[in-house]
Amino acid sequence: MAAGPAPPPGRPRAQMPHLRKMERVVVSMQDPDQGVKMRSQRLLVTVIPHAVTGSDVVQWLTQKFCISEEEALHLGAVLVQHGYIYPLRDPRSLVLRPDETPYRFQVRLWGAVPVLLAIYLAKKNIRKQGTLADYEKECYDRLHTKISHAWDLVLMQAREQLRAAKQRRKGDRLVIACQEQTYWLVNRPPPGAPSVLEQGPGRGSCAASRVHMTKSTDFYKQEIEYCRRAMGRTRVKSSVCLEAYLSFCGQRGPHDPLVSGCLPSNPWISDDDAYWVMNAPTVAAPTKLRVERWGFSFRELLEDPVGRAHFVDFLGKEFSGENLSFWEACEELRYGAQAQVPTLVDAVYQQFLAPGAARWVNIDSRTMERTLEGLRQPHRYVLDDAQLHIYMLMKKASMSPPSRALSAHALPTLTLSQGSAFPTWLGPPWPLSCQCSVLSTHRVQRRRTGPDHMLKKGQVSI
Amino acid sequence: MCDQTFLANVFGSCDKCFKQRALRPVFKKSQQLSYCSTCAEIMATEALHENETLASLKSEAENLKGKLEEERAKLHDVELHQVAERVEALGQFVMKTRRTLKGHGNKVLCMDWCKDKRRIVSSSQDGKVIVWDSFTTNKEHAVTMPCTWVMACAYAPSGCAIACGGLDNKCSVYPLTFDKNENMAAKKKSVAMHTNYLSACSFTNSDMQILTASGDGTCALWDVESGQLLQSFHGHGADVLCLDLAPSETGNTFVSGGCDKKAMVWDMRSGQCVQAFETHESDINSVRYYPSGDAFASGSDDATCRLYDLRADREVAIYSKESIIFGASSVDFSLSGRLLFAGYNDYTINVWDVLKGSRVSILFGHENRVSTLRVSPDGTAFCSGSWDHTLRVWA
Repeated sequence: MAAGPAPPPGRPRAQMPHLRKMERVVVSMQDPDQGVKMRSQRLLVTVIPHAVTGSDVVQWLTQKFCISEEEALHLGAVLVQHGYIYPLRDPRSLVLRPDETPYRFQVRLWGAVPVLLAIYLAKKNIRKQGTLADYEKECYDRLHTKISHAWDLVLMQAREQLRAAKQRRKGDRLVIACQEQTYWLVNRPPPGAPSVLEQGPGRGSCAASRVHMTKSTDFYKQEIEYCRRAMGRTRVKSSVCLEAYLSFCGQRGPHDPLVSGCLPSNPWISDDDAYWVMNAPTVAAPTKLRVERWGFSFRELLEDPVGRAHFVDFLGKEFSGENLSFWEACEELRYGAQAQVPTLVDAVYQQFLAPGAARWVNIDSRTMERTLEGLRQPHRYVLDDAQLHIYMLMKKASMSPPSRALSAHALPTLTLSQGSAFPTWLGPPWPLSCQCSVLSTHRVQRRRTGPDHMLKKGQVSI
Repeated sequence: MCDQTFLANVFGSCDKCFKQRALRPVFKKSQQLSYCSTCAEIMATEALHENETLASLKSEAENLKGKLEEERAKLHDVELHQVAERVEALGQFVMKTRRTLKGHGNKVLCMDWCKDKRRIVSSSQDGKVIVWDSFTTNKEHAVTMPCTWVMACAYAPSGCAIACGGLDNKCSVYPLTFDKNENMAAKKKSVAMHTNYLSACSFTNSDMQILTASGDGTCALWDVESGQLLQSFHGHGADVLCLDLAPSETGNTFVSGGCDKKAMVWDMRSGQCVQAFETHESDINSVRYYPSGDAFASGSDDATCRLYDLRADREVAIYSKESIIFGASSVDFSLSGRLLFAGYNDYTINVWDVLKGSRVSILFGHENRVSTLRVSPDGTAFCSGSWDHTLRVWA
């Protein structure tokens, strides 16, 4: 059974599924029939039994998981970094070399970690006659104060182990030394070296129950209520939902720079920002792809400043410009500052909903009744119903076929001029000037000057 | 514990019925009271009832959950990869690091793109929050937070402010100013207050509202101007680690994932949980909506990414491979939703074909775990941040 790294405090082993998975991989690697080929490796003049070569490890991983050699090398390196496999040559650096370098599988070390570490450092101290590395010396001194009561035991163990080691064959001595060294490199890395064991700040879990959610009757009552509600919801057949993905991806594929590339070039690859200039938020001549996107969904049209401008113009011609203004005002209410809510609600009412208002919007009577009811206690979502109604109206208007559809409106006059990669407008430029106020800045993220700006601009009269 | 077979003969007024009787000591919620024998009997039966009720509620809940699963399974008539058989396979992908942003002195924990498609804000373990123009790799702003482990940061839609937070349990908003003389930290506004670390934050459609997720198991919607709590969302049984706002037309929901292995969809107006999914085997580190808003993907410590459909109300795809052992820390979709990019704790980034369920490509380059990953707003590239102190832009 392989010895994994000892988990740091605050994150119990059960919560680190990757360690369990690594252990399973290492166990299958040691399988006598299906595992990695183990043989005696020659290291200078010593022969080490039950060792594997780096290249064998990589090959085994490549075959077992059907992955590329590069990925197998990466996975093997991760196993070495966590100490499941240790190198017999140059044990100071935990890397996997895909050649004849010998490796072995780690075995469990018994005992409490501080005591084991103390014994290891004591042995090193005795062997090297006091010349430990600085961080090792610090660690040694700290441990001395911590387990001073058992220090005699530690020293005795250390001396005993050193004496026993002298009696062993050179091969075994080497193996054990490498094993120990790797174990401590993983569990107590020298300062500055990255630790594979480091985790983020401790997380609570169901087991830790840091959250105040004891399994009381309330908890179960909530669960039951949720389940009852969920049982009643309408669901759509999988086939329908999944077909929707296919059509969505198919439709948007050509517009996805990472999938289909982009013209003239991807700025990140060519270092040329022409693509961004061509697709700037407010550009005089939008590209063909961009205009195509407006036809995908009403939301795309509204979210694109140029698209919205065209839509405003289109609405103007249909004598229904107040619809978009109303919708925008509602958006502002929904996402605006809390303190502004009462003023905004009042302004919208005066402008769009009050009987005889200057820019009265045509909502069905039931929605109007509900909205007016809600206005008695204004909150940021009070206009949601009305907003949705108007949104749907606008959407229908923009998509309806007979010569009203905006894309049909815009596309015939938009063609690619000969010999150039950039589309140009052939017809007269759209009269953007008369609706500038709506476009002047981004949608609802403008600096609020007050609701009167809605009054100023010359919209088409009713 | 000694065998108490005697009764102390205390006579007095019972703490419950106040009648003069022989009293017995009883313990209610670790407080000692004196009840007469009748009241003591009643209390004992009540406790018994409560236990029974608890057990029956638990079994009822489990029963209902089973029935719910059955209902969900009824409409599941085909798998995604079957439907996707007739879709053309993607070609070979060659994605490389196009920019490396070096400047953080410690692990990069979170990043976000600005709507201008080139600016990035990133935060790290040592409290530094940096705003970069990633196209030129210049640092434009830098702020040092008074806490370490700044695990969440977000760019405002207007591009004029950033929000960040972490172990300080707060979310602070900093307006971005180009005036060299102004100290950014001076204009800081503390918006959110949680009782545990802040794990994720995001502006809604405007600069004036922020949605936060915290280690205290709740999400919350705040008004930036006043710092007022507009709505709180309770339901997770453990730390909430991530959230994402829906791109839908009516824009009223968001999804959150937590250490209780659940992904929950919430209605922002009512604060109620609309849907919940519990199929992951470990903490959910990241959730992201599919571009159409009909589904979302999640990345978890169990080394899998999963796709959940909101209309079918179930998990529809799992993206996993035997050779992928380490957890996925962050996921994001490409613009069309065809590709899913996922950053893992084994320092790699895997690119998945969402429809076919296969892995398209694996990207090496980072030297420590990938902690955060976002696709740029126009889909021309994606940026990954890692514990190796760097951010990389790939295309």
